[in-house]
Amino acid sequence: MRSVVLTKGVPDFREGQVSFDEDGHLERGKTPTVMNPNDKYALRAALQTKVRQGGTVSLMSMGPPGYMEVLQEGMRDVYADDLYLLSDREMGAADTWATAMTAATGIDKLDERPDLVFAGFKTADGETGHTGPQTEWCLDMPLITHVISLEVDPDEEHVRAKRLVEAEADEIETVKAPLPAFIVTDPEFEASYHRAEHRLEHKDLRETTRKRADEFGEYLADDSEKEATEWDRFTMWNHADLNLDPDFIGLDGSPTIVAGVDPIPKAPSEREATPVDPEDEADMEGLIDELAPYAAGD
Amino acid sequence: MTDDYEHYEAVVVGAGPGGAAAAATLARNDVETLVLERGTDAGAKNVSGGLIYAEESAPYTIDDLFPDFREAATDRAVTEHYIHNVSGRNVKTFDLHDLHHHDTEWADSVLRRKMDSWLADRVHEMTRETGGGLLTDVRVSGLLREGGRIVGVTCDELDAIRADVVVAADGVNSELARDAGLMDWEEPEEWFQGVKAVVDMPEGAIEKRFNVDEGEGVAHLFSGDLFEGARGGGFLYTNDDSLSIGTVFHLDSIAEERHEPQELLDNLLTHPLLADWIGDDYEELEYSAKLVPDSKKVAHPSPHRDRLLLVGDAAGQMQAQGPIIKGMNHAVTAGALAAEAFVDARSRGDTAEAGERYEAKLENEGVMDKLRPTRYRTLGRLGEAEPIASVTDAVVDSPVGRAAVGLLGDSLERLYNSPFLVGMLPDTKLGYVTLPTAIAEELGAPVAGESTVETPELDDRIGDLTYDIDEGNPHIELRDNSFAASGTAVTACPVSAKDFGGGCYRDEYVATNGTEKRVVSLDTQPCVECGTCAVVADTDWTHPRGGKGVEYKQG
Repeated sequence: MRSVVLTKGVPDFREGQVSFDEDGHLERGKTPTVMNPNDKYALRAALQTKVRQGGTVSLMSMGPPGYMEVLQEGMRDVYADDLYLLSDREMGAADTWATAMTAATGIDKLDERPDLVFAGFKTADGETGHTGPQTEWCLDMPLITHVISLEVDPDEEHVRAKRLVEAEADEIETVKAPLPAFIVTDPEFEASYHRAEHRLEHKDLRETTRKRADEFGEYLADDSEKEATEWDRFTMWNHADLNLDPDFIGLDGSPTIVAGVDPIPKAPSEREATPVDPEDEADMEGLIDELAPYAAGD
Repeated sequence: MTDDYEHYEAVVVGAGPGGAAAAATLARNDVETLVLERGTDAGAKNVSGGLIYAEESAPYTIDDLFPDFREAATDRAVTEHYIHNVSGRNVKTFDLHDLHHHDTEWADSVLRRKMDSWLADRVHEMTRETGGGLLTDVRVSGLLREGGRIVGVTCDELDAIRADVVVAADGVNSELARDAGLMDWEEPEEWFQGVKAVVDMPEGAIEKRFNVDEGEGVAHLFSGDLFEGARGGGFLYTNDDSLSIGTVFHLDSIAEERHEPQELLDNLLTHPLLADWIGDDYEELEYSAKLVPDSKKVAHPSPHRDRLLLVGDAAGQMQAQGPIIKGMNHAVTAGALAAEAFVDARSRGDTAEAGERYEAKLENEGVMDKLRPTRYRTLGRLGEAEPIASVTDAVVDSPVGRAAVGLLGDSLERLYNSPFLVGMLPDTKLGYVTLPTAIAEELGAPVAGESTVETPELDDRIGDLTYDIDEGNPHIELRDNSFAASGTAVTACPVSAKDFGGGCYRDEYVATNGTEKRVVSLDTQPCVECGTCAVVADTDWTHPRGGKGVEYKQG
């Protein structure tokens, strides 16, 4: 069973890590980059598949060379047999569509077509949730989103998944799809290991992957060695390796136009309440003026 | 019954020293062995005094089974052993050198998290070679039966597992021993309750304050009037960079007299005798508690049923006879003998015979006689008979008795060092309170120094512990919340206290239909899983699910 997990580096939004300037803009230089937290659920789903069915788990990302540390984080914290980074300047400033094109091409270039491709539910910075499904469209696989549990039947060559369906109340839907399939995990995903043999295998794999991540860390820390040798579990491909036309990737290949950036309104619980006296005409007029755009549906 | 269950030749429940010894012996004999531990790490649920002994007469010691054990998993080699008889500030100290060295190859101080997790790593490596391994975060919840016979285990986190042998090394509150009907939680007089504080020590302080060399340690025991008449005593053991200071009392004494265990511990911690040892900067690293079986009364003579074999505390194999406190070494021996019994039975083609063979080995290797000495069954029990106990107590406390103590003088030290006499000591106030108090008053001298120790309040002790709360799944339920049935838990529970609302148990008056009723309420959140309330209150008691509940960092 071959699984590929897509991931992205995002600013570490945890308190104490993230840094904003006085205008409330994120200071990228002062904020560490980490693996998108939602992608770890995808990686855990892939690890569960490996534990139960064997095979390999590849972790792939598109981004600058610094994302090697993001890949290392995934390998250390969850699991990976090998790591792929799609990286060069031509790929920079890509929107979700150009990213999906690039990622799908990277997956196609693998020696073996994967049985399962996993992605996490939206990134902590972009919040679009588009890249996974768009990559799936490029790969032309059945797509199952919001997956909270997963079972693969390699003999029947299908995957059965439970997915959260947001309706008036949360509902859980069970679906089945033929392999290969594209899985987007929900943050509610929970790997389950109800057999001792699976837990023992999981324990072995976790130990193995921690050692591998340490090896990769040594490789990353040693520049001379990096030039002299390759680390056989890490592959970096540029646009030429992927045979991608620069006009269709990166900024040039991105149809999205960012017209402006507005600060995200604070959640109601974080807003400061301003008491308004209904008897005070001036205050009430000010309030009505403030609310008018919402009433107009703007 | 389906055939879908996983099967292992051996399932060992619990990764303490008994479980580790069993698993290592099974693995060495190529038995496919699965070890299931409910803590998030081996040692995370374990507490002991703790000294671990290697007895010269034992067929197996822990360093036989794990050659690097002392170097890697223990703290200090305890070479000195004293007991302090205390009355107020008066103290008379006896050197227990002979008793301590009797049948002792070595004795080391240990902290369970460090010790058990080291053992677990070795056990996992060894058992993995057999096709099994060691898993944490798995609570074995009961026994799997087929046609009424035990054939495996059920778990909270895993599907049921079949096994040719189940070794239950799941501690004093073994749910498997109770499921099998081999042990119960009925009688408080069959148990001790231990409470312990691990106290931080500055680097080099232990060598200086206790006058020991690096790597060497000392054990101090305490008895007399400093525990408000409760039957039991205190201990202090030196670890690498900390002290284990604790108290152990007969649970019936705690229950009947409504003692607060944490206050009795504080009496010891703040006694001037300990002032120079503890120093001025008291920092408590961890507060912990556990039940201890009294092997003289509960060590099961036939600790097996069908394919289930009990070892260690689960079988009541904890030797507490006066100043002799030995548990882990017996668990190790029993674990290895249980494994050996299974290997013997397998080689003869009848694995179902393992239990009988195990029972015979415990008897033939002399383990049972250490745990349940014949002389205690005859003379000790007799001394506990109420009229005799009262008379002997009164005699020792009388002017005549005091004069006799004075006359005996230091020859009493020789009597304290006799393993023979210690083995037949009755569990009465005489040995724990009356005699030591008389010795201190007649032969002792006042200690200098004042304690500056300010012990933490109970809510701070609870607050400093680490818990992974299993929201919505309380692991203990009160069957009868009347004060008459369960009120003892309010004081006896080591994380509850009278007039303290932040513990497990509290009592309150509830008005119903014009009458007022005194009832007990339970909040399992601060529970340290000692099992006290399983004995003194009317509860449905289980352990939390795997990885949930309290997590000891020291143990």
